[in-house]
Amino acid sequence: MKAFTRLDARGVPLQIANIDTDQIIPKQFLKTVEREGLSKGLFYDFRFDPEGKEKPDFILNRPEYQGAGVLVAGDNFGCGSSREHAPWALLDFGISCVISTSFADIFYNNCFQNGLLPVVLKPDEVAALMDEAKGGNHMVSIDLETQTVTSPSGKAFTFEIDAQRKTKMLKGLDAIGETLTAVTNIDVYEAKRALDQPWLERA
Amino acid sequence: MPPMSGKTLYDKIWDAHLVAEQDGEAILYIDLHLIHEVTTPQAFAGLRADRRPVRRPDRTLAVADHNIPTEGQAKGVGAVADEEARLQLQTLERNVKDYGIEFFPMGDVRNGIVHVVGPEQGRTQPGMTIVCGDSHTSTHGAFGALAHGIGTSEVEHVLATQTLRAKKAKNMRVTLHGAPAPGVGAKDFALAVIGEIGTAGGTGYVIEYAGEAVRALSMEGRMTLCNLTIEGGARAGLVAPDETTFAYLLGRASAPKAGAWDMALSYWKTLVTDEDAVFDREVVLNAADIAPLVTWGTSPEDVVAVTGSAPNPDQFAAADKKTAVQRALDYMGLVPGQAMTDAKVDVVFIGSCTNSRIEDLRSAAAIVEGRKVADHVRALVVPGSGLVKAQAEEEGLDEIFIAAGFDWREPGCSMCLGMNPDRLAPGERCASTSNRNFEGRQGRGGRTHLMSPAMAAAAAVAGHIVDVRDFLQGKSEA
Ligand code: SF4
Repeated sequence: MKAFTRLDARGVPLQIANIDTDQIIPKQFLKTVEREGLSKGLFYDFRFDPEGKEKPDFILNRPEYQGAGVLVAGDNFGCGSSREHAPWALLDFGISCVISTSFADIFYNNCFQNGLLPVVLKPDEVAALMDEAKGGNHMVSIDLETQTVTSPSGKAFTFEIDAQRKTKMLKGLDAIGETLTAVTNIDVYEAKRALDQPWLERA
Repeated sequence: MPPMSGKTLYDKIWDAHLVAEQDGEAILYIDLHLIHEVTTPQAFAGLRADRRPVRRPDRTLAVADHNIPTEGQAKGVGAVADEEARLQLQTLERNVKDYGIEFFPMGDVRNGIVHVVGPEQGRTQPGMTIVCGDSHTSTHGAFGALAHGIGTSEVEHVLATQTLRAKKAKNMRVTLHGAPAPGVGAKDFALAVIGEIGTAGGTGYVIEYAGEAVRALSMEGRMTLCNLTIEGGARAGLVAPDETTFAYLLGRASAPKAGAWDMALSYWKTLVTDEDAVFDREVVLNAADIAPLVTWGTSPEDVVAVTGSAPNPDQFAAADKKTAVQRALDYMGLVPGQAMTDAKVDVVFIGSCTNSRIEDLRSAAAIVEGRKVADHVRALVVPGSGLVKAQAEEEGLDEIFIAAGFDWREPGCSMCLGMNPDRLAPGERCASTSNRNFEGRQGRGGRTHLMSPAMAAAAAVAGHIVDVRDFLQGKSEA
């Protein structure tokens, strides 16, 4: 997993609430056995018409938003299916931070597993960012160490993040490795369970 | 300091699975890990890359369900037309073989939708922690198991460690008092709850369902209710186990036997919320007030009684809500104020992990028996597993459906998510017993109305959305 410390990138405003993971990456792109290359399916039905031609007025297709790294989104972003392809697709597209007023639980979790930073700001702050990102200057900065988002015009907003998650993001730490440092606890737990609840053991 | 209060069922299961705490995160032991072809290939690839074994293959069960065809399964995976689906299915086959995981392959009578198979085999048991790379894992909460969906990185984590790193959620209780009217059931309860709390209302909570109406539900009904919990934003739903649960489990292939059964039973009986436990949020509904419901929009919270009509965007004060409602109506091809029963349907889908169990098929068959599917309607029934299919055939339900003009298919997720060839064409309107009416969920441009199996069956016959209660009256007069 890649560490996330600071990001200065173009912000793209996507003012739609309840964007679900089916919209982030439609299911026809889920049949891969790889993690890479999913960017081609990102927001597919927004970006392309039924013939597969780019829709020029969709915001991610507009020239001024090419190379965007930050997505400013509406409420309840990432609801629906648990597919981790959603953060993979965003990352593969180059987006490593999503800012919204709220996220769906599973998506929020999945982001941290993959080094994509989900940032929750207050509704007026997201609205302000959204407005600015629609204007001529789109550069947004996110500093994870100080937990600050700086808008194109220089307004600074602070955000909350769980301390452990923050450390892991900053270091790019893998969760399995961390859990395995407690492998003795798992061994002990299993041995005790086998005695207390033997019906759970499948011979 | 508040006085010590009792524990909820969720608290009890959580505490019983706590292995350790690390940096404020719990390491929670996982009793059962269900896997399928779509959300696991990258997890196994990760294990291989790091040379990590699967810690407990015996606590893992694999099925092939999401993208299998629902016709010609006997021809085997090699005959699956879609190349990418075939690759995923073959990858799963190889992974379960390499790691010694029990697997019900496509075509095996025990195979089917993962959330139908686990309970049916007796693998799902009260008090367990259960995870699967699929958000409708909440289904298994019907047994009083803590069950929820996880992402692929977490699948890899569970494979490697048999644990999950987790943070405890808050407790919510949804109480359904009273008894429902005829024609109203678990699907309507679930939609009513989502309509009440909204699709994000349960975010951060585990919901326990209680009340007489819940107690009176069969296991199938409880599974439907818990299945849809995720659509209300809560990762897991729970129903405390009781005699209904125990009767369902007794004698199932993987349920405890003989002395072990008695031991398990005495433990399972402790799995109830203490009377003095305090919930962070309480929601109370009266089952008698709930009508058969349908969705009108593109989110499961967009529910209305079948006797109602599509909303008018002007009813809503907030500008973004107005826009959202208008957008949903446009997508659904409905006009504001249009009676729901005016919506003509093109397709009827009875299936999915929400409503593809034997009881669901029985309730749909009871409506279509002796009737015909309307001429313009394409209707299909997709049983949740090979065993459900066999049971239905033994009861003659297949003949009822076929005689009425339904397609009788082989098990799988099918048109619930349209990853296999069963999908809607753009603009087609579908009465569906599944769980998601998102844009494009059942096929690009497809329009989904969620409803109960009996309501979907009635819509197939009428050719439009219809109040199933009209059919019940018709029946009693006949
Ligand atoms: S039936 Fe639908 S919701 Fe259920 S597991 Fe399959 S795809 Fe997911």
